[in-house]
Amino acid sequence: MPADIRKIVVQIDETRQEMGQAVTPPTRRAVAMAVIANPYAGRYSENLDELIAIGEELGALLGQKAVKALGIAPGEAQSYGKAAIVGEAGELEHAAAILHPKLGAPLRAAVEKGAALVPSAKKRGGLGTAIDVPLGHKDAAFVRSHFDAVEARVSDAPRAHEIVVAVAVTDSGRPLPRVGGLQASEIKGEDGLR
Amino acid sequence: MIDIRRIFTQVEEIRHEFGTPPPEPLIRGAIGVVMTNPYAGHYEADILPMMKALEPVGVDMAQRLLAAMDVPRERIATYGKGAIVGGAGELEHGALWHVPGGYAMRELLGWKGDRAAYMAGRGQAHTGQPGNALSIVPSTKKVGPPGAALDVPLTNINASYVRGQFDAIEVRVPGAPTADEIVFILAMSTGYRVHARVGGLLAENISQWDGQR
Repeated sequence: MPADIRKIVVQIDETRQEMGQAVTPPTRRAVAMAVIANPYAGRYSENLDELIAIGEELGALLGQKAVKALGIAPGEAQSYGKAAIVGEAGELEHAAAILHPKLGAPLRAAVEKGAALVPSAKKRGGLGTAIDVPLGHKDAAFVRSHFDAVEARVSDAPRAHEIVVAVAVTDSGRPLPRVGGLQASEIKGEDGLR
Repeated sequence: MIDIRRIFTQVEEIRHEFGTPPPEPLIRGAIGVVMTNPYAGHYEADILPMMKALEPVGVDMAQRLLAAMDVPRERIATYGKGAIVGGAGELEHGALWHVPGGYAMRELLGWKGDRAAYMAGRGQAHTGQPGNALSIVPSTKKVGPPGAALDVPLTNINASYVRGQFDAIEVRVPGAPTADEIVFILAMSTGYRVHARVGGLLAENISQWDGQR
């Protein structure tokens, strides 16, 4: 069963300066969110296969939406992250079923490569609950300039029987990174770490 | 005078709200430009230079919003605007957006009116449909902290009384405005609420072309 999607929200956050310093080129973070019906709301189900399939569907849909919103070629994506907010008639494990088993592969296809872990966050929440989606470099998790987070929130979701699923993609790191560490220019991008 | 720090864009595709999905989802979008408030922290009597300086910003934001919504210009059915002023500013600073934000969207959507008359707050005589975007652009404004949410009203671009298109979109920029900033917002949608069913004037029955009915 494909996801019953009530709403899709895509947002782009472009930072041109911080503390009066120009950010050149501007950093851009896109978040694509889907508000879906939770097929297991209100009951305990040992098997969560429907949500696992939905995760795969949304990895492709939201990954592509985010890349399109940035107006970049897939290979130009630099960091990514994912998150879910489960409405109160659902359980935290429902978020895990969406995010962890199958969402990653189609997201990686949408951004090309993606050797690194897709960092994630999850919580239970009510309407308008915000979640900070962690961001990490898509090919090397230790790239310090790309450790970041972006807030995702849908004002009228999740209803009790819904789940908000968010995928974040950027074409940049933080606005003015200057705390050292591994640089994006130094990575091999093979082991997902460095 | 114009010092833009951030641009925040959000586009919503509403497929249903627990009823039968309409043939086409409703597309609602908003764009917020975060900029320094040149009048923060003091009282300035003459703030009109900023209104003039905002004109190209309005045009750019309107075009960016339409591009982000990814629909033909002809499908834009409603609009609205708003401002969130940071704590060191004054509500009146948010009012600077009325003219440059309003006419930018109206001209983008096919308004053929007299900008000078509009700037001066005057209407104009006409018969029949004199172009598009005849309605007043509804608005809200507030003074607020970083991350404050503003509900931006939306109404039909040609007739404010189209009931099925009365709507609002919540806009919130995480981390903005700081005390010395303002967020200026434009919003547009492709029309009817997804399950609109409380009667009233329909857009296809607009007959007066006076911006209201």
